[in-house]
Amino acid sequence: MSTSPDDLRGPSLFSPRRRPRKHREEGARGAIIAAISTVVVFGLIVWWVLSSEAWPEVQQQFFNPDHFVASWPDVLGGFWLNIQMFAVAEILILIFSLILAMIRSLRGPAFFPLRLLVIGYIDLIRGIPIILLVLLLGFGVPALQLPGVPNSELFWGVAALVISYSAYTAEVYRAGIESVHESQRMSGRSLGLTQIQALRYVTVPQAIRNVIPALLNGFVSLQKDVALVFVLGVRDAVREAQIYNARTFNYTAYVAAAILFLVASVPVARFTDWYTERVRRKRQSVGTV
Amino acid sequence: MSAKVEVRSLVKSYEGKVVLRDVDLDVDQHEVVCLIGSSGSGKSTLLKCINLLVPIDEGEIHLDGIDITDPGVNPNTVRQKMGIVFQAFNLFPHMTVLSNITLGPMKVHRMSRTEAEDTARSLLDRFGLIDKVDEYPDRLSGGQQQRVAVVRALAMRPELMLFDEVTSALDPELVAEVLGVIRDLKDEGMTMIIATHEMGFARDVADKVCFLDDGVFLETGPPERIFTQPKEPRTQQFLQRIVDAGRL
Repeated sequence: MSTSPDDLRGPSLFSPRRRPRKHREEGARGAIIAAISTVVVFGLIVWWVLSSEAWPEVQQQFFNPDHFVASWPDVLGGFWLNIQMFAVAEILILIFSLILAMIRSLRGPAFFPLRLLVIGYIDLIRGIPIILLVLLLGFGVPALQLPGVPNSELFWGVAALVISYSAYTAEVYRAGIESVHESQRMSGRSLGLTQIQALRYVTVPQAIRNVIPALLNGFVSLQKDVALVFVLGVRDAVREAQIYNARTFNYTAYVAAAILFLVASVPVARFTDWYTERVRRKRQSVGTV
Repeated sequence: MSAKVEVRSLVKSYEGKVVLRDVDLDVDQHEVVCLIGSSGSGKSTLLKCINLLVPIDEGEIHLDGIDITDPGVNPNTVRQKMGIVFQAFNLFPHMTVLSNITLGPMKVHRMSRTEAEDTARSLLDRFGLIDKVDEYPDRLSGGQQQRVAVVRALAMRPELMLFDEVTSALDPELVAEVLGVIRDLKDEGMTMIIATHEMGFARDVADKVCFLDDGVFLETGPPERIFTQPKEPRTQQFLQRIVDAGRL
C-alpha cells in the first residue's frame, strides 16, 4: 500500500484545516508611497469641495448637524424595520429559490409540468419591475379584503420582495447546480439514490459552495431594495426621512438614512470580496476542482 | 451455473452516432468478464447501459432473468444490486471518506448511522484504508481514492460489480493496489464486468475476455485463447499495438 505523506497532497479544499499564512509584506517603501499619495489625493478633493462657493448651502441642506441629530431617532427606528424585513425576506428567499432551482433541475418527462411551471414563474417575475410588484401586492391584495388573507401592507410588501428575489436567486442556484460535474450526479445515482436524493446530498451541497459569492451579492442588493416598501406607507428609514423632510424642507434625514444603509451593506460587500478571494486562493493551491 | 446478466441485441447511439451496434453478452454467477478494446469502442457505454445510467435504444438487458430495461422496472432498485466504479473515482468531494461510504446505505437501504459506519469501517479496515476514515477525498492519492470508491460501491452489498477503466487515471505505481482489490473480490466469488486497458491483469483475472471493436463484440473467449491465438485480424492488430507499447 502506498501512503503519500500529507504535506505532499496540499491542503484540503473542504476540510477545516488551515493552511499557513503566506508572507505578503509589500515592503515599507511601497506602503509609504501609497500613504502619501492617498493623503494628497483625498486632501485635494476635500479642499476643492470645501472651498467651493456652493458648499455652505450644500452643507446646510444635506449635512446639517442639528437636523441630523433631530431626525436620527426616527430614521434609526425606521431602519430597524428595514433590518427585520431584510432578515425575514432573505431567509424565505434562500429556501424558496433553492426549491425552485431543484425543481428546475429535475430530469425526465414526469417532471415536465413542474419544470414548465417554474420556468414560467421565473420568466414572468424577472420581467416585472420590483416596484410594480410591491405596489400590486402591497396595495392590491389588502384592497381585496379577502377572508383569511393578511391585510397588512408590510406583509405584502415583503412578500413582493420574496417573490421577485426568489426568481433571480433560483437562477443563481441553478447556475451552481449546473457547475457541478455530471459525473457527481451519475455516481450518486449509481449508488441507488433517487434524483431528489442525489440533488440534495450530492449536487446541491457542492453547488451552494460554488455560488456563495453570488448569493452574498444578492444579500447586498436586497438590503437596499427593502426600502422600496416605503411606497406603501410602511414607516421604514426612508419613509421616516421623507416625513422629516416634508416637515423641515431639509435633506439631512435622507443622508442619515443613506449612512445607515451604507453601514449595513459595506461590510457584506467587503466580506464577499474576502471570501471570493479566499476560495480562489484555495482552489489554486489544490490545483483541481 | 445460471446467467447473472444477459445482454441481448443492445443498440445505443449518442446524438446519431452509433456506439453499440448489436451487442450480446452473458455473464454467469461468479464469473469475471473483461471488456477490452481501444478507446471509444463502447466499453464504458456498455457498462453505463447495464447500470441504467444511460437509456438504451434497442435490445434487452436481463438481470437474474428480469428485463431491467422494461419501463415498469424501478432503476433505483436495479442499481442497488450492482456497484459501479468509474475511471475518475467520482468520490463526493464535500464529504469525508466515511460519509462517502455511508451515504448510500443510510439513504437507500435506510440503515442506521451506527450500522452503516460499522460496515464502512470494517470494509475500510479490510482494504487498508482505516486511517483515512475522516479524511476528505482531495487529501488522498489517486489509488486511495479509487479504493475508497470500490469500498463505497461494496458497502451497498452489490451482487454484481462493474469497473469502468478504474486504473486509467492512476499513476503507474498506484495501479497495482487497485487491481489487488479487484483480485480479492474475484477470490470471494464476486460477479464482475471489467472494462480495462490492463491486458496482463485481464489475462490473470478474467474467466472470459470480450474484444469490443466499433460497437460490436468481434471476439469472445477464454483469456488464454484471446491473448495467444486471436482469430480476428482486428483483434490481432489491437493486441500487437499493446505488445508494441510494452503493455503485455
